[in-house]
Amino acid sequence: MKRLWFLIPLAAFFVLAAVLAVALKLDPREVPSPLIDKPAPKFALQRLDDAGKTIRLDDLRGKVWMLNVWASWCVACREEHPLLVEFAKKRVVPLLGLNYKDKREDASAWLARFGNPYDASLFDDEGRVGIDFGVYGVPETFVIDQNGVIRMKHIGPLTPEVIATKIEPLLKKLDA
Amino acid sequence: MPEAFVKTVGAILLALCAAGALAKEAAPESADPALEARMTRITAELRCLVCQNQTIADSNASLAIDLRRETRELLRQGKSDREVVDYMTARYGDFVLYRPPLKATTALLWFGPAAMLAVGAAVLLLVLRRRTKMAADAFEPDEDDEGEQPDAAADPAATGRNP
Repeated sequence: MKRLWFLIPLAAFFVLAAVLAVALKLDPREVPSPLIDKPAPKFALQRLDDAGKTIRLDDLRGKVWMLNVWASWCVACREEHPLLVEFAKKRVVPLLGLNYKDKREDASAWLARFGNPYDASLFDDEGRVGIDFGVYGVPETFVIDQNGVIRMKHIGPLTPEVIATKIEPLLKKLDA
Repeated sequence: MPEAFVKTVGAILLALCAAGALAKEAAPESADPALEARMTRITAELRCLVCQNQTIADSNASLAIDLRRETRELLRQGKSDREVVDYMTARYGDFVLYRPPLKATTALLWFGPAAMLAVGAAVLLLVLRRRTKMAADAFEPDEDDEGEQPDAAADPAATGRNP
């Protein structure tokens, strides 16, 4: 037994290497949200396309729906946009946009140019609802269940993998 | 070194110094200095999520500006410091706190360094203890004791020592 003691530093090295390897793969920008499995914050916002109409959280109760936070100034949003357009065509669940800290004209022009995948976009020019949803890196995507509980949050642009391996299985599970 | 190069480097260094002098905390927006001081004190303990190594008080990221605005508003509503911090952690998690609370998930963070130090000290103590018990001939003699030229020690064959 004592003869193997010289292996201890080697073992320690491998443990350290494993810890560092795992840590290297973690993205410090992906901060786990405390809002997962909590009721979505209440909101009442104007529609982007119609300032006269207000959408409230309670309007969506009873449905599984998705909220995608976007802005015309957000470069990564443009990157994920074709995926959202594609996803919206499948009409699995209602997809709402949260137009975050944007100008109405800019946002409308952006949708006209790149396509509008949203059933409606909420106009959050002051970013207050964004703060309530803990938004810090646009784009972000939330899945909210029938009871208004946030079930998933994705930070950063969606990818086909995230949609196929996380969002669609979750929607299936939620029986959307 | 060409003079033009030195001048360019000098100019760049000067510009950097000037930029450093300009980079101060974001300008206050409220007329009430007491409220502003309280807001700054609270937000100086909170991490900005956009630029994670800056505090919300320091950062000029638009989210930090908004969160300072929210903090001002909460304080105006008569909320306590604790309530403002709770407002932030409810939305962004313990990650916003520069002093994370002691929980099962943060125990490693709090005690890890001390534990590593203790392990290191224990190993050192063990090794030293064992060495004091070892007989003198277990160690190689000091080179000075051998009365040799320091250069000769570099060549094992010259010292006649078994490699």
